Amino acid sequence: MGRTIIDLKDIYKRFYIGTPNELEVLHGISFNVNEGEFVAVVGQSGSGKSTLMNIIGALDRPTEGAYMLDGVDMIAAKDNELSKIRNRKIGFVFQTYNLISKTNALKNVEMPMLYAGVPGRRRIERAKELLKMVDMQDRMKHLPEELSGGQKQRVAIARAMANDPAIILADEPTGALDSATGRMVMDLFHKLHDEEGKTIVLITHSPELAEETERIITIRDGNVIGERRGNG
Amino acid sequence: MTMLYENIRLALFSLRANKMRALLTMLGIIIGIASVIAIMTVGDSVTATVTESMSALGANNITLSLQQRPEDEEEDTASLWGMNFGDDEEEKEPTDKDYITTDMLKSLKDAFGDAIETYSVTESVGAGEIQDNERTASVSVMGTSLGYFWANDLEILQGNYFSERDLTDGAYVALLSEDALDDLFDGSAEAAVGSRITTAIDDKYYNFIIEGVYSEPEDETGGAAMMAYYMGGMDTTDLYIPLKTAQAINHTSGYRSLTVVVDPEQNPDELAAQIEDFFDNLYRNNRDFEVQAMSLSSMVSIMESIMNTLTTAIALIGGIALIVGGIGVMNIMLVSITERTREIGTRKALGAPNSSIRIQFIIESIVICIIGGAIGIVIGCLGGIAAADYVGASATPSLRSILISLGFSMAIGVFFGYHPANKAAKLNPIDALRYE
Ligand SMILES: Nc1ncnc2c1ncn2[C@@H]1O[C@H](COP(=O)(O)OP(=O)(O)O)[C@@H](O)[C@H]1O
Ligand SMILES: [Mg+2]
Repeated sequence: MGRTIIDLKDIYKRFYIGTPNELEVLHGISFNVNEGEFVAVVGQSGSGKSTLMNIIGALDRPTEGAYMLDGVDMIAAKDNELSKIRNRKIGFVFQTYNLISKTNALKNVEMPMLYAGVPGRRRIERAKELLKMVDMQDRMKHLPEELSGGQKQRVAIARAMANDPAIILADEPTGALDSATGRMVMDLFHKLHDEEGKTIVLITHSPELAEETERIITIRDGNVIGERRGNG
Repeated sequence: MTMLYENIRLALFSLRANKMRALLTMLGIIIGIASVIAIMTVGDSVTATVTESMSALGANNITLSLQQRPEDEEEDTASLWGMNFGDDEEEKEPTDKDYITTDMLKSLKDAFGDAIETYSVTESVGAGEIQDNERTASVSVMGTSLGYFWANDLEILQGNYFSERDLTDGAYVALLSEDALDDLFDGSAEAAVGSRITTAIDDKYYNFIIEGVYSEPEDETGGAAMMAYYMGGMDTTDLYIPLKTAQAINHTSGYRSLTVVVDPEQNPDELAAQIEDFFDNLYRNNRDFEVQAMSLSSMVSIMESIMNTLTTAIALIGGIALIVGGIGVMNIMLVSITERTREIGTRKALGAPNSSIRIQFIIESIVICIIGGAIGIVIGCLGGIAAADYVGASATPSLRSILISLGFSMAIGVFFGYHPANKAAKLNPIDALRYE
């Protein structure tokens, strides 16, 4: 077993939707993810999966609880440190792709490296390499609006890999795709896991896709209700 | 560096995607910069032209003019250059006893000797029309001394200057401008000389025999005609008649104003002060009037300061347009940031620090302002040149004003872009990403 890379302890998240209303979405969630693991998080819509992922990905802070990512105390970290951690240690893949519009595939993949200060030539070289890995080398100069959903998601995966992050966080990456393209995207995650040894946390609706991972964490109404081994 | 290029590229892209909106946003900046540039261009060129023309009259010359004494001595400063700003003061008409007389000029010359070369005296009769058969030309009729001709570099092309007898008798003779020949005598100076012309001034008719045709020095326009030129009467020329004739028509025996042509070696400002002292002594018993002596160089500096005030005032108006334009830019930046909230969220998810988001939008704001400023500069230069051309001055927009305008546009971009950019930078990443 590898070392612990994600360590969540008693994570609470409450949203204040106008006093005195307070909505508690996560009720003290705890779990670990080890380096190199491929984990699926499943649960009904509205159960708090995305809220949890946003906390893991440092896009949001928990209301209560302790969180260590790769040995860094994420609760104590300042906003600028969190930016750096998002840039270097986390690769996001969203359901809605979130490519920067009016900016071609190559430049989209370059973007995290741009914020990391990677010099121009190295950046372009690496972006091309990554696009080749996701089999998008022929569409480098295409704008997002000229690409299909599956192609956009492949560019987004290449972008998530740009700074060789410690973890890949994917929130329903196949949710907007048909099953054939979804399959292709899923194969890419397997490739990243098997060949590059990436730690992957995959949020999904689909029980079949979840079964392909190594471990399945089930969430209901903001609580972890079960954990079992997958077939991956 | 790459980031800067990338930000400029993105800014241009979003401008191109919304051309109409971008143009409307820039309008305030365009108008502001264009008006400032145009005014500075026209102002500079008019100042230069007027100063040049005045200097051409002889920067060393001193103008004497009869001025009404201020009722209250302390309000002396209210009267500048013959203009009375204290309007409650009663206007008095000078009479024969008040005018500057030939005798006074003689004793002045005796007192100052070679420091005074000659006097250039004019007595304006008025503006009128001269007729040659069916055709007419506008003229401004002026009685002059020989000194005036001399001081203004006027030259007789055809015929002669007034004879001694014409001058002493006050004969009805005249000198016609070469430029008036465009309209009269088929352009022939020979035909003009010796002809009799009728001039209508204030419903009275006067007949003059043309003794000669004069020309003005190249590229310089003479005193009264130059003023008429700026007032809009482009075709008016001066018709010169003997001083005595003009005085007879005006029923005066003295002068209200005249120019003293002084030795170029003299310091005109000092001499003007001494001449004024001389007249203060002569007029010490005159309760209503005094004589003011002013060197042309001090008039030029007054002129310059008036132009400067005007330029500043209009530049201020342009400045207000710029502030309004800046607020427009701020508004459009706020709109643009709202539209691109998800993009901002995505960039933050990819690791963009707040500072980088802030810089991105400040650059976008600067790009809008600089493009607007550049369009404004082009329009302002063209407008300024056209306007200067219209008043007959040649204008070159100064590099200084162009650079200042560009710098100003940039400053507006930073100033009005900062608040929206900062707002974008401070967005919470997840709120931005979830924004619908
Ligand atoms: N910013 C927010 N403000 C208020 N409520 C929120 C916010 N984000 C999520 N929620 C609520 O939290 C609950 C869980 O949402 P989410 O984590 O998106 O669920 P899932 O991804 O499992 O479908 C939902 O009821 C949702 O309405
Ligand atoms: Mg979700």
